[in-house]
Amino acid sequence: MSGGVSLPEILVSALIVLGGSFALIGSWGLVRLPSLMERLHGPTKATTLGLGGMLVGSVAFFQLVKGEWTTHELLVSLFLFVTAPIAANMIAKVHLHQLRLGKQPGPAGQPAAPRDDSEWATYESPKAGTPGCFEDE
Amino acid sequence: MIGPVLVYALGFGFAALGIALAMNLWRLFKGPGVADRILALDTMVINAIGIIVLAGIANGQATAFEAAMLLAMVGFVGTVAYCKFLLRGDIIE
Repeated sequence: MSGGVSLPEILVSALIVLGGSFALIGSWGLVRLPSLMERLHGPTKATTLGLGGMLVGSVAFFQLVKGEWTTHELLVSLFLFVTAPIAANMIAKVHLHQLRLGKQPGPAGQPAAPRDDSEWATYESPKAGTPGCFEDE
Repeated sequence: MIGPVLVYALGFGFAALGIALAMNLWRLFKGPGVADRILALDTMVINAIGIIVLAGIANGQATAFEAAMLLAMVGFVGTVAYCKFLLRGDIIE
């Protein structure tokens, strides 16, 4: 090896640098973008991908450099990849709910009130026939 | 055990995550709505998990990843609980 730098080390370093860059870009998007619906894109996509890169780098480090097989990182990344969309969905619903209550101005004004037969709601109880309604019709 | 390239990469990773945490903190203070603050807190938890992972690589021991797993779970449950409280006025109905 030239200069005493091994190939696994370069691989792990590249994954760490890639992950750190994506995490930084995600947080920069959180600061830079103008409205909340746009701001949601940064942390949910770029930061999750960056953390995934770092976790894969950690698996590669412990496997290739230390010779230990660890699966905790894979568990963490699986958990994050499952939970990040759910958290983003909840935050978007809170945003829509605040907009509807008129607690903060949106770029397009207040959203229209839901129809009586609308499929989704953030505040009222579930209607008959929609998922989440456990009463008999 | 850890070569010079990996030392520089770890330094870059720690610096990037530190700057990211500072930017999240700015959004946490500035954020016009309560949803922005929840989003900033959620992102701060994810970046803290990244710092724990990098510290695990730097120390060369895998015991830190239990902390990362716990933080991922608690951060998700906290985000969902706060959103649920704002949406429904109650956490467990």
